[in-house]
Amino acid sequence: MARETVFNGLMILVLAAIPAAALLFEEPFYLTLATRLAILALAAVGLNVALGLGGLVSFGHAAFFGIGGYVAGILAVHAFNMEPLLPGLPGTKSMPVIWVVSMLLAALIALPMGAISLRTSGVYFIMITLAFAQMIYYFAISWPAYGGEDGLSFYVRNGFPGVNTLQPLPFLLVCYGLLAAALLFFWRLQHSPFGAALQAARQNDVRLAAVGIRPFKIRLTAFALSAAITGVAGALFADLNRFVSPSMLSWHLSGELIVLIILGGVGRLFGPVAGATVYVFLEYGLGGITERWQFFLGLILLGVVLFARGGIIGLFAGRPRHG
Amino acid sequence: MAEPLLQLRGLKKSFGALLATDNVSLTLRPGEIHALIGPNGAGKTTLIHQIAGTLQPDEGELRFAGQDITSLHMADRVQLGLARTFQVSSVLPEFSALRNVMLAVQARQGTSFRFFADVRRDARLTDAAAECLARAGLDGRAAVPAAELSHGERRRLEIAIALATGPRALLLDEPMAGLGPEGSKDLVVLLNALRSEVPMLLVEHDMDAVFALADRISVLVYGRVIATGTADEIRRHPEVRAAYLGDDA
Repeated sequence: MARETVFNGLMILVLAAIPAAALLFEEPFYLTLATRLAILALAAVGLNVALGLGGLVSFGHAAFFGIGGYVAGILAVHAFNMEPLLPGLPGTKSMPVIWVVSMLLAALIALPMGAISLRTSGVYFIMITLAFAQMIYYFAISWPAYGGEDGLSFYVRNGFPGVNTLQPLPFLLVCYGLLAAALLFFWRLQHSPFGAALQAARQNDVRLAAVGIRPFKIRLTAFALSAAITGVAGALFADLNRFVSPSMLSWHLSGELIVLIILGGVGRLFGPVAGATVYVFLEYGLGGITERWQFFLGLILLGVVLFARGGIIGLFAGRPRHG
Repeated sequence: MAEPLLQLRGLKKSFGALLATDNVSLTLRPGEIHALIGPNGAGKTTLIHQIAGTLQPDEGELRFAGQDITSLHMADRVQLGLARTFQVSSVLPEFSALRNVMLAVQARQGTSFRFFADVRRDARLTDAAAECLARAGLDGRAAVPAAELSHGERRRLEIAIALATGPRALLLDEPMAGLGPEGSKDLVVLLNALRSEVPMLLVEHDMDAVFALADRISVLVYGRVIATGTADEIRRHPEVRAAYLGDDA
């Protein structure tokens, strides 16, 4: 068995072990921790499509995370107040509906954002995606209808048919389910014709054009897919906290997602999961000891960038193989 | 005479004050190898870039298979059947030789927007790619990442990729560049075997290869075509001898 497969199996065991430990030691907080981990990993799986497969270093994915969050918050508040969103268009407390709306809206905003950003590359691409996300951030801050700077609370978590999402464990399982679906999608995508073209665009876009495929179309599609996945994660994050605020849209979050992927392994299937695990454990473990836990995260990141370019998975399983 | 497959009419391109392409008209006919030679800096690569679509000409017209392609995107020209190889090998370093070729096959088959099919299990894709690799003499190296291929193998991989696009014409930009005499000879054999199948516009410095392969030769000097003819006509052409070949040719 390939070492990466072994590693991925271990990661699945870790994900399963956290809720087990929570039940065993009667520490419900571990469930929240695992939920946070799963949601961050899901958001990073989305970014991993653009950044990992396509080499598109988007510094604006907080925009999609926040859009998902606001979709969940706004629809929930309208449903709770029984006020239609627009005449004839009610809010909803149904998670599946919220997820679909989050994905569509994130992708819809990613299309013009990507169409403009993809005219540039390298540092300019990073900066222009950041600029777009900041525009949306300041829009949310200055839009009083949904809380502005203070954010938007909703008191009851949205529902999923047949699941009591108010309980931490069922909600965690819902998040795990979506993470698994996203990983499955990423895995299929990686080996699909589209994935081949996307990875070719990262390696050498002139070569891609010279076999007759326009890199722009491939990249734009990937950017929208990537945004949709990160958008769903945002909706779950809002549901976890029953609160959404402009901080979900801030550039810190875009940076965090990039850090997760670099820590775990850029373009690797379980890279986001590994990265999010390390991140959440550090935040919890070191965060209990010192407020300056991010200093140690920085040290680890420095170590990874200098000595383990393939991230944790690269360290464990070596370079990726393309059969 | 057969209708030309590729036709350049009055192509002009300048960079500032430098006229890199000066009113160039050329044709590539079905079944022929047309070589483009000229001293360094004559504008050969600039011309290839305009034909392939990486550069836009300032003036003039490009026609391919009866269609005006002057303003077409590079990828769309390839879709019409105008494939190219690069002067400096341009491959996908992380992909194996086979997967490099598979990308060209999927481009031809138009399946690049399939998100769930597994390329590794698609026999239509892998078989067609393996066949192109074999024709370029790389069948034993299919699984090797392109970054680990030798320089000569990468030159061949370029040709295998170009063949996999299903070309109606090939633009070969110095395919022999950097090959030793043995490698050059092997490549001449390979190109010779392809001549009945696909016409080629060949830019090349290796005169032995040019004279061995070309049905017609055009000589480019300072962006202008100063002569077009058969190998013998070019060898005898006084202006060509003066400008390029020297007195010993």
